[in-house]
Amino acid sequence: MNSYITKRLVSAVITLLLIATLTFVMMHSIPGGPFTRERPVPDEILRTLNEKYHLDDPLPKQYFDYMKGLITFDLGPSYSKIGTTVNELIAGGFPDSARVGGLASILIIVMGIPLGIISALKQNKTIDYFVMFMATLGVTVPSFVIATVIIYIFAGQLGWLPSFGLSSPLGYIGPVLALAGYSISFVTRLTRSSMLEVLRQDYIRTARANGIPEFWVIAKHAVKNALIPVVTYLGPMVAAILTGSFVVERIFAIGGMGRYFVESVSNRDYTTIMGMTVFYAAFYIIMVLLVDLAYGLIDPRIRLGKEE
Amino acid sequence: MSRLLEVNNLKTSFYTHLGEVQAVRGVTFSMDKGDILGIVGESGSGKSVTALSIMKLIDHPGRIKEGEILFEGEDLTARTEKKMSELRGSEISMIFQDPMTSLNPVYTIKNQMVEVIRRHNKVSKKEAANRAMEMLSLVGIPEPERRIKSFPHEFSGGMRQRAMIATALSCSPKLLIADEPTTALDVTIQAQILDLMKKLTKEIDTSIILITHDLGVIAEICNKMVVMYGGMMMEKGTTDQIFHKPSHPYTVGLLKSVPRMDCAKERLIPIPGSPPDLLAPPKGCPFSTRCPHAMQICLEEAPPVFQVEENHTSACWLLHEDAPGMEGYHKGCDIVG
Repeated sequence: MNSYITKRLVSAVITLLLIATLTFVMMHSIPGGPFTRERPVPDEILRTLNEKYHLDDPLPKQYFDYMKGLITFDLGPSYSKIGTTVNELIAGGFPDSARVGGLASILIIVMGIPLGIISALKQNKTIDYFVMFMATLGVTVPSFVIATVIIYIFAGQLGWLPSFGLSSPLGYIGPVLALAGYSISFVTRLTRSSMLEVLRQDYIRTARANGIPEFWVIAKHAVKNALIPVVTYLGPMVAAILTGSFVVERIFAIGGMGRYFVESVSNRDYTTIMGMTVFYAAFYIIMVLLVDLAYGLIDPRIRLGKEE
Repeated sequence: MSRLLEVNNLKTSFYTHLGEVQAVRGVTFSMDKGDILGIVGESGSGKSVTALSIMKLIDHPGRIKEGEILFEGEDLTARTEKKMSELRGSEISMIFQDPMTSLNPVYTIKNQMVEVIRRHNKVSKKEAANRAMEMLSLVGIPEPERRIKSFPHEFSGGMRQRAMIATALSCSPKLLIADEPTTALDVTIQAQILDLMKKLTKEIDTSIILITHDLGVIAEICNKMVVMYGGMMMEKGTTDQIFHKPSHPYTVGLLKSVPRMDCAKERLIPIPGSPPDLLAPPKGCPFSTRCPHAMQICLEEAPPVFQVEENHTSACWLLHEDAPGMEGYHKGCDIVG
């Protein structure tokens, strides 16, 4: 087991280096640079800036310099936010994104899975139709619409919630709901279809034929099997949600990570693009590893790290 | 011998969006303690639904429409679901066709067996585990202390069916319903499993209902049998009676379509056609469209049950006193042994 985790971590590092390399190459093949402006910057200033940030070095040298920094977790200075480093940007933005995202993830799990189970158990009854209607709505309505509606009704008309920022605990409600909406719906639908599949299995009939009370047939025999596909989805989803959403953070005026992600690309802020991408990728890889470890716990047929 | 189970005029239907599928249309049979009753019939004849009806495990949209199921004199159709689940696994157990999918893949054999034993007996986990190991060694699983910790996927098909039998018999049920227990297994394993069931039920004093489409299996271990077709009972009697004096053209057809050791030159004769649509079952005898002896009345009216000999009945118009009879039926090597 430990050797499996070590192996996976080594391959994760290699993956990250490859992702960094690819991002570097693609980023530099886009025309323009961090200091390209609509109004041309005087050549003199441009040259000085390029010199200061070593952007006049040959690309291979820039690449190796960057990679050297990356290995020591130094993501370099931001080109658009003068005076701050990318490390500081992440340290500043990630906690807020992670808090909102963490709450959203919890909400997704505690609502999506039970709703899916109930819906499957009450298949084709009113409650199932209602839950599926809401879930379809949740999957199709984009987060910015949910966010806007929440702000309009609960912040604007009723005045119950603040319309921006996270300064009060109530401020979390809006962004968490807007962020979780899609995934709650998705997890509900996934759990429901997975449950329906499992409930048709022979071993469920066996459990009933052995006199196991219906509650335990569901809670013990069905749910554990039904969760396997749900766990697959949850891992990458948590990674995506924790690292922030540009749209939701923008609407609720939260200084999270999502904003930098998008801004850095339009500014060609090389170091920030690289830093954000690598950070997100690392997070994603860790979540996928956790999902694989969870598989081993849920499904004994999956054996980790033992090659026959 | 005392009466264990009596099924009277059982009718079970599935209410699908296409209409009512009448899977079982009036089945009546009984068995005494110690009996091994075989129910034989082709796919869709209603034999599995009959078994599931006895357990009251008919899933939505199916339900028992009519009839009574008397188990030791008590009508099971009147039992509540809660009281029914207390009975399942302790008084009546069931094992299924496909051992590969009938055990929960995410729990160990021990976990699943202990759960059943503790459901029906007030014992500690340790006592239950001991009982489970005892059962596993009884069904011929070597090293039960080690194997009990296995997951189902670590067992072969035959081993899983043994584990299923061990679980089903762990609470010493009075009746074991085996729904095609050997169909999914290799021929050599089939014989072992049948021997095992025969041996164990004697030891634990359990009666068996064995559902199969294999007449060989019936001949092997059953003392009574019921022949089903199109949701109805065609013929029932002791195994000897039916094998020696089949009195329904369908039974005769079944017997002709299996190879026999003592008639090497006899050709196998399949029954032409296919079973009736249970969504719109025929008015008369369900077998009439495939029966080589069908008469006008067979198409129009369902046959009553005729007594052939003691404990041997058959639902066929040919047995009516005005009918031409079953002459030319039993002749030749293919029927009379």
